[in-house]
Amino acid sequence: MPEIQDKIARWLETNTFHHSEFWDMQELVRAKREAGLTISLCIPTLNEETTIGKEIIVFKSELMDRYPLIDEIAVIDSGSSDRTLEIAASYGADTYLSSEILPQYGFKPGKGENLWKAIHQLRGDIICYVDADIKNIHSKFASALVAPLIYRPEIQYVKAFYDRPLAVSDDLRPSGGGRVTEILVRPLFSIFFPELTALIQPLSGEYAVRRDVLERLPFPIGYGVETSHLIDLYQLSGLNAFAQTDLDKRVHRNQSTTDLGRMSFGILQSFLDRLTKYGMAKDLPEWHGFFRQFQAGGLRHEQVTREIFEEERPPMITLPEYRERHGR
Amino acid sequence: MVKGTVKASPREALLSHREKLGNLREILYANIVMAGEIPAPTGSERRITRFLSDRFTECGLDSLSLDQAGNVAGVLSGKTGRRNLLVAAHLDKIWGESEDHTVSVGVGMMSGRGLADNSLGVAVLATLPLIFEELGIELDANLILLGTTRSFGRGNLRGIRFFLENFEQEIDSALCLEGIDLGRLSYSTLGMARGEIAVELSADIESIQSREDASGVIGVLSDLVQDILKINEREQPHTRVLTGSIEAGSGYSVPPRSGLLRFEVRSLDADRVARVEEEINALVNDYPTCSGVAMKIEMIAHRRPGDLGEGHPLVREAGEILGALGIDSKVEPSVSELAPLLEKRIPSLTLGVTRGANRHTPAESILLDPIFDGLAQIVSVLEFMDRGEFSFREDA
Repeated sequence: MPEIQDKIARWLETNTFHHSEFWDMQELVRAKREAGLTISLCIPTLNEETTIGKEIIVFKSELMDRYPLIDEIAVIDSGSSDRTLEIAASYGADTYLSSEILPQYGFKPGKGENLWKAIHQLRGDIICYVDADIKNIHSKFASALVAPLIYRPEIQYVKAFYDRPLAVSDDLRPSGGGRVTEILVRPLFSIFFPELTALIQPLSGEYAVRRDVLERLPFPIGYGVETSHLIDLYQLSGLNAFAQTDLDKRVHRNQSTTDLGRMSFGILQSFLDRLTKYGMAKDLPEWHGFFRQFQAGGLRHEQVTREIFEEERPPMITLPEYRERHGR
Repeated sequence: MVKGTVKASPREALLSHREKLGNLREILYANIVMAGEIPAPTGSERRITRFLSDRFTECGLDSLSLDQAGNVAGVLSGKTGRRNLLVAAHLDKIWGESEDHTVSVGVGMMSGRGLADNSLGVAVLATLPLIFEELGIELDANLILLGTTRSFGRGNLRGIRFFLENFEQEIDSALCLEGIDLGRLSYSTLGMARGEIAVELSADIESIQSREDASGVIGVLSDLVQDILKINEREQPHTRVLTGSIEAGSGYSVPPRSGLLRFEVRSLDADRVARVEEEINALVNDYPTCSGVAMKIEMIAHRRPGDLGEGHPLVREAGEILGALGIDSKVEPSVSELAPLLEKRIPSLTLGVTRGANRHTPAESILLDPIFDGLAQIVSVLEFMDRGEFSFREDA
């Protein structure tokens, strides 16, 4: 496998960036203007009232008012029961309920649904997705992801990676994040798509993508959306369509092992689906959509069963409403 | 409340300032968040200094400088530049490097360690060039924007003292910014002596545990606090003796052998401060040596009292401005950056920017809407200072 190793090494050399390489914001804004690009920032939310306000403030101030890099900031919400939307609107974001975008197609709860509907709702040539649960937000979480797309026309999809401390009460731990990546996704990529292992944080929720690409990708509505994107675009355009940017550090909420189990279950479904789609695994049996976990109560063990079905939205370009709205 | 006689800036102008400054809302809020999330314990202000100098650079300030004390200064040049006005905010916070400095943003408020003291002051300093630009105001005087280091505790205002000792031009007037509370009007400084008493039990464990209360050094510190409180009771209302913190022990059952008591003496009268300091010294020095207790006192900071005077035109004008904004002024002597400024006979004030709560706790919070009253107040006071119609001592 030396050729894969060499290819990854070359790619790391040419397509892996550090946010500090894009420190010159005036130059970045100038290049964006010259390229005639528009950029939308999308924050998918569900009950994120503790962090959303700060994200909007920082992005709006730094990337709209101070340096006009971003053309719109939108929060697309799955139906928060807290004050997420009120706070986001009060600090100047455009806010949308996912269920009210393309309502004729119904509403499916899941982050992937919000990301998919954003393609219809937002106007930018580039859409930058940023999760809403980042505690140490900085404008580089968006600017350093869109920068490679501005400077390098051949790059289609830019992922963030970071040293990833988890916020556990008030303490920071130096590592321990990305467990699903290291235990599930990286082993699977190593077996089936070894070049994709070059992406250090394939599941990160921060990435910027050209509209031309996004509109052609199907969207699993749940946990599998990022993994599917990577596989689909890789099959279409190869590793060189990707880039990644080191954002140093991301502090976010910890997730329980139980939650990570559910996430892994959803990702695995999407992964198996892609293996089938690309003819890499034949005659797989129909799989069960119930994820089973157990909890102990004294000497008794109780089943906790949850149905996780990675439903998929079609490529946005196949929708007439989209083609009409965006002149495609 | 200060009663003013000088004609206030027209209320309409103040309200217009306040309204226009709303255009800078996001930039200001982002500066608060960014300044708030940078740890800056006293003596380790390098990162927040960098933040402020970057902001000054982006605003195109002239003569950006970092001095040996770590202070950062930028100059917004005036039309004539014949006079110099100083606006200062201390950069350090009481919180350690490893504490969680995450800022939370809610509807109309933010919370997080050090926001009120003094991330908001720093954020306003960082935004001031844009504030003047937004309002279309160009002062005659140069405006020196100064972020100072080493303000708290053992820092003993070393940052601003260094600046004042080494700045080669005359400063005509100065304004110190503190995050809270809006309405605060400080034009005098208290005499102050700040010290630490270290107590150590030299006896062996057995004799400590044989003490009646088995409390080790905690019993000794408690006795000491009682003695200090007696002094406080006797000296009130002219002088206050504050016991700010006690450190001793690390568990539940082992009597600690060493401990530290921090205290501060405050008074408008320098002689009273000196006398009480002597008394506390005597408490320590006269403690019976045969008891197996070693006690040592170290005085770490002193301030001389200073006073611009209630009738000073700057004080009256600031009171009028607050009144025009519908805010009652709260006269509050200071022990911070104002002290060395008044010592240098520079007409100076300390003003608060907004209302807040839980100062010096992890849940420190600030209200966002009143900030714009605070900014309008600051701009108007600086415009008055720019007219230069006063000196340090007004005998009128």
